[in-house]
Amino acid sequence: MADRPEKVLVIGSGPIVIGQAAEFDYAGTQACKALREEGVITVLVNSNPATIMTDQGIADRVYIEPLTVEVLERVIQTERPDGILPTLGGQTGLNLAVALADAGVLEKYNVRMLGTPLETIRKSEDREFFRQFLHELGEPEPNNVSVSTIEEARIRAKDLGLPLVIRPAYTLGGTGGGIAETWEEFETIAANGLARSPISQVLLEQSLVGWKEIEYEVMRDSADNCITVCNMENLDPMGVHTGDSIVVAPSQTLTDKDYQMLRSASLRIIRGLGIEGGCNVQFALQPHTLVNEALGMGDQHQSPYYVIEVNPRVSRSSALASKATGYPIARVAAKIAVGKRLDEIPNAVTGMTQAAFEPALDYCVVKFPRWPFDKFPHGDRRTTTQMKATGEVMVIDRSFEAALQKATRSLELGGRSLLWEDQSWSAREKFSLDDLPIGPNDLRVWALMAALRRDVSPGTLVRKTHVDSWFINALARIVAMERRLLSEALTPDLLLRAKRMGFSDEQVGTLADMLPEQVRTQRLQWDIRPVYKMVDTCAAEFEAVTPYYYSTYDQENEAPPLPGKKAVVIGSGPIRIGQGIEFDYCSVHAAWALSQEGYSSIMVNSNPETVSTDFDASDRLYFEPLDEEALRDILDNEAGDDQPPPVVVQFGGQTAIDLSQSLGNAGLPILGSSAEAIDIASDRKKFEEFMVGLGIPQPPGATVSSVQEALTVAQNIGYPAVVRPSYVLGGRAMEIVQNATELIRYLTVASEIASDKPVLIDHYMEGKECEVDAICDGQRVLIPGIMEHIERAGVHSGDSMATYPGLNLSDEEIAAIVDYTTQIGVALGVRGLMNVQFVIQGGAPYRSPFLSNDGRQSTTVYVLEVNPRGSRTIPFISKVTGVPVVRIATRVMLGQSLEEQGYEGGLWPTQNLVGIKAPVFSMVKLVGVDWHLGPEMKSTGEVMGIDRDFPNALTKALMAAGLSLETGMGVLLSIADQHKAEVASLVLELDQAGCQLYATEGTAAMISAMGVPVTMTTKKMGEGHPNVVDVIEDGNVGAVINTISEVSSVLRDGYLIRRSAAERQVPCFTSLDTARAAVQSLLMEHSNYSVQCIDEYLDGG
Amino acid sequence: MADSYAKAYLVLEDGSVHPGESFGAEIEGHGEVVFNTSMTGYQEVLTDPSYAGQLVNLTYPLAGNYGINKNDFESKRIQVSGLIVREHCDLPSHGQSEHTLHEFLRSQGIPGISGVDTRAITRRLRSQGVMMGAITQEQPEVALKKLAQRARYDDTDYVRTVTTEEIYDWDDLSSETELDPAKYKILVTDCGLKYNILRLLRQRGCQVIAVPATTPAEDMLAMNPSGILFSPGPGDPQLLDYLVSNLSKLLGQVPVMGICLGHQIAARALGAKTYKLKFGHRGANHPVKDLASERVYITAQNHGYAVDPDSLPAGLEISHLNLNDGTIEGLKHTQMPLFTIQYHSEASPGPQDNEYLFDRFVQMLEEAN
Repeated sequence: MADRPEKVLVIGSGPIVIGQAAEFDYAGTQACKALREEGVITVLVNSNPATIMTDQGIADRVYIEPLTVEVLERVIQTERPDGILPTLGGQTGLNLAVALADAGVLEKYNVRMLGTPLETIRKSEDREFFRQFLHELGEPEPNNVSVSTIEEARIRAKDLGLPLVIRPAYTLGGTGGGIAETWEEFETIAANGLARSPISQVLLEQSLVGWKEIEYEVMRDSADNCITVCNMENLDPMGVHTGDSIVVAPSQTLTDKDYQMLRSASLRIIRGLGIEGGCNVQFALQPHTLVNEALGMGDQHQSPYYVIEVNPRVSRSSALASKATGYPIARVAAKIAVGKRLDEIPNAVTGMTQAAFEPALDYCVVKFPRWPFDKFPHGDRRTTTQMKATGEVMVIDRSFEAALQKATRSLELGGRSLLWEDQSWSAREKFSLDDLPIGPNDLRVWALMAALRRDVSPGTLVRKTHVDSWFINALARIVAMERRLLSEALTPDLLLRAKRMGFSDEQVGTLADMLPEQVRTQRLQWDIRPVYKMVDTCAAEFEAVTPYYYSTYDQENEAPPLPGKKAVVIGSGPIRIGQGIEFDYCSVHAAWALSQEGYSSIMVNSNPETVSTDFDASDRLYFEPLDEEALRDILDNEAGDDQPPPVVVQFGGQTAIDLSQSLGNAGLPILGSSAEAIDIASDRKKFEEFMVGLGIPQPPGATVSSVQEALTVAQNIGYPAVVRPSYVLGGRAMEIVQNATELIRYLTVASEIASDKPVLIDHYMEGKECEVDAICDGQRVLIPGIMEHIERAGVHSGDSMATYPGLNLSDEEIAAIVDYTTQIGVALGVRGLMNVQFVIQGGAPYRSPFLSNDGRQSTTVYVLEVNPRGSRTIPFISKVTGVPVVRIATRVMLGQSLEEQGYEGGLWPTQNLVGIKAPVFSMVKLVGVDWHLGPEMKSTGEVMGIDRDFPNALTKALMAAGLSLETGMGVLLSIADQHKAEVASLVLELDQAGCQLYATEGTAAMISAMGVPVTMTTKKMGEGHPNVVDVIEDGNVGAVINTISEVSSVLRDGYLIRRSAAERQVPCFTSLDTARAAVQSLLMEHSNYSVQCIDEYLDGG
Repeated sequence: MADSYAKAYLVLEDGSVHPGESFGAEIEGHGEVVFNTSMTGYQEVLTDPSYAGQLVNLTYPLAGNYGINKNDFESKRIQVSGLIVREHCDLPSHGQSEHTLHEFLRSQGIPGISGVDTRAITRRLRSQGVMMGAITQEQPEVALKKLAQRARYDDTDYVRTVTTEEIYDWDDLSSETELDPAKYKILVTDCGLKYNILRLLRQRGCQVIAVPATTPAEDMLAMNPSGILFSPGPGDPQLLDYLVSNLSKLLGQVPVMGICLGHQIAARALGAKTYKLKFGHRGANHPVKDLASERVYITAQNHGYAVDPDSLPAGLEISHLNLNDGTIEGLKHTQMPLFTIQYHSEASPGPQDNEYLFDRFVQMLEEAN
């Protein structure tokens, strides 16, 4: 086409936060590849280094830079693209594109908006525009009104009546919205929504809570050809954010007439909006008569359906729809954006048909959200219109029951199958349905199962929860099968029926009183094995070439063992705090490296949001739960009559590492470090002996399995002590305890968390923390770089800012780090990757990166822990050093030594750049969760700031993480007594930067005493205004610095401060080290940061 | 999947045996085994006369989820000879549902089989072509022997078994759409029509009269119609010379629209040839390109035969092509008021994107008058 753009700017979605996860890496990666196929030069900007899209070879020009208008303008100035594709970077990308247009940047540089017209973005995001649009189109929408002030909101709300849905305009994942059932709730939610909306506008809408929620994914090209890719039905009726809903594809309870009615409406909407690309339309559909009666609604509705929301872009739902159908929405959307028509784009799945068709599914897909409440059990667990899940799993099977059961297995909630029940549900003598959390919350499905087990009728549950009876009846069928397994002797017929309903061997074992291994043995004796069926977009109508499979219990197996050399890569499952997109990055690179080495790569994963589950990321994809049963079945299938292929467990985070023991026990081959080496590193006792043998210092500590033992050990090593269960992920349940009382309290909780696993106690050392990722081939160890944490030890490494290179380490310290890493790697027999964390004791607890190293006291380097696997810093260290870490490690695992690959070992030459990784939190979404940093990881994502020097890299890292301070802004300080001495210099610097200081009582007294002006505000909530929360909520304060002490009342006051900061989206520093870095960055000249392509930084020029 | 269902087999003429469970009527059913890839609309499929003589294998594994209701009939009764599913739902959920799929089949004496690997069957049909089969509770070897002796689908004229015996006016929508007495009178030759064709024409203000497929051309012309629609229907168009000769007498006399079988008959009436497709097109997702507008439409399809593009006579032009396999999906005549489509503009089940073709037909009547 004549007007096809030559160079296109693609905006990424930035860090992973709740509501915007790995799906945009998947979308962006696909889109960049698709554009390059069309001969379009691609320029990519994203602040998130843990993405495949920011890798070499995906886009032509990659900028890992903060996503701000200023930075984007500089990129546009340099690159002069003629088109911008804003629809692949989530809400972030869309908002940024609008901001660029508003700032006149697009016009100034003559950059065309591709895909979705600017006007359309405004229409679908601005509630008032959108209402008008639907009205003109004749599409029904619930009674609603947009308001801009709280006074207006009150008046209009009276007309509409309660319950009301409140939706802020232009926010991500429904941030700041909610359903008000009382006027008190209305006040809170409306005020919050107005504050949260960047244009201070909320929509008040008649509540359709309890209606069916249905979504359609639609595509349209420039010739006005339209198709629907997929529809989806939510198990959770209206009222729960779709990201927090269990979603089924295709719809299950819609007649063809219902289906086509909504399909036609979706097509009218995408045509009306003039979108060229993909779009997601959400509907509320009138529920079943039973539910309608329970809701007290007659048939008084003007319409059988209402349009709820339209996303004029690639979304989480479109990623799910792509994986659910095999139809690559982002890829097709990118091609449409540069002028291709649907009938000109080949269907990559069949290889023979075109993208102009609608996928036919011959299976049932279930998506299940993954919430972070295993880490935050005391957060508000209700699911509402504001999304709380960090990730999700998807499974495919030929029945809903089987898909749902496999989904719960995929969640990796400590083996929590549908059989799981909370202990408290059986605690009371007399059962009452009111005691079960059957309302919208993360445990709903388990609660519904528990109710059915207690003979609550499906009809009652339908009336109480408004979940369609089709779903409740399916749960009842699962319960009926549980009863059969409990009461009948296991026969081949019964076992096959159970497997077809998705019961795992472990569940069958629990019910039939057998060990899982006995069930497996019996099952194989009876020749009951899963078969693997292909996801082919066309229900087998055409021969397809995609190597994309799911398991089911049926007759025909379509996945014969792959011939030749091959290896299985275990992915990392759902995105959760502590195990994010970084591990998907590693898995994808491992698959690529295997292919490069002539191996067929076989990927196993359950996460639909990721690049690893794209059908062309590996030679074969099994979309399966990551548990022992699924893995062993896959390995059996790939073995055929031969040996099973080896398994790569180093890249899938703790999920894969945990599986290594059971795979090892089952005699299955593991590529790279042996299960034994992994066990030594993970087992505290064995590791301690190992370290003593090497003579490498470790903080004193021990593994204990009783309270008595713990108290004795703690007494010997001295408080404070770090306690954690062994085999943990992301510091889950890790705490610092100061005394015996706290230790006892911790142990009573921790022993519940992991009853069969002991607890580790270490002396807590406050000092400089460093870490390295290293590759060992058994002889040599290659260390790409040393990362130094800005926060001292005690803050989880995943929540710390890390700088590369270590700017503040003495030559001796570096030598010790390299020496210890090398010794450990070789002695442990690591083949592949490992991550080692260090703490350096002695000297000042905080070393400013701005100060020189001279005149230091002597220090000791201790090894905190060794993880014999890829860590979350692999993408970061790969990008700042240019060392292809995963590729080298994979080759090592395949038997190529570092030497053969041309690497000498030791520390890789330091690059002429500074990279800083900064954590990003989703605290605004997690109501009731405390923000303060500690040994338990809380961040959901990360950004990178890269530049030639530390000050500029820091400026960019803070900017990208939303932690920048500004001259003259209000800063609130509330500092624990033990940190007051240390904070003095910080106070002076803030004053120097012209910041208005606010402080709580004790801190204010200290600041006044220093002669610095300060406004005192009380932290006693009951005692007058303005209190500390008012100051934050009034918008006077642009940042909060709040350190915690162990006194629980102080902790509670601080909690309120931190929560209001989170809710106002005000940066909250709970580590003085981070705060100090931010303040020092403020004092520097920071307008001279560079904006460069990542290759240019690495070239050292 | 309750356990009370008896064991049953699907046997195919290639000798393959697929064990499952009986549902619906516990009798034997045989016919040509075909697959349909629609994810919704099983009731419409069951009552579509074009499936007469066939055992329909639904590729979507869960059938019967929303039950059977009053509104989704496309003819008076179930027309398929048997239904093949992975799983059928005994507790359907929909406000309109009145029966389960099982009850519906049983009440009309139609057998079903569930629990079979429907995807494996589809793959078999895709690679070997459609074939005869039987749903049976007998021993498979016995059933296979019997199957070999049965009349073959290709040799049977099913149109005569499904067409209406009486002429009837479609007036069930009269309360919704005022009938304009001055507007067009359309005859629909019932070769196995679906009610939705009548509904959609009636919604466009036309008087709609269904006539038996065997009605002679002269009798039709005597009714003084504004236009005639030749409906879809079952079976091989080469067996239907009586329809072909009727249609050739009508061409040029009155505007004609042909749908599916009607399209094939019209092509034959003008001298073109038809042939059997390996496994046909049955589903709701087939892309068709309108050659005049270059637009792509998603269509509902149900046909096992197609018009041979090399046999088209002068004056008959291809208007639509199937994007998947390049087969003819529509024809129009350069001189006479005739256009035909191989797919189903009436959908039901399937996307509503092609209803505009009925507008086109009404427009053709306007131009002819």
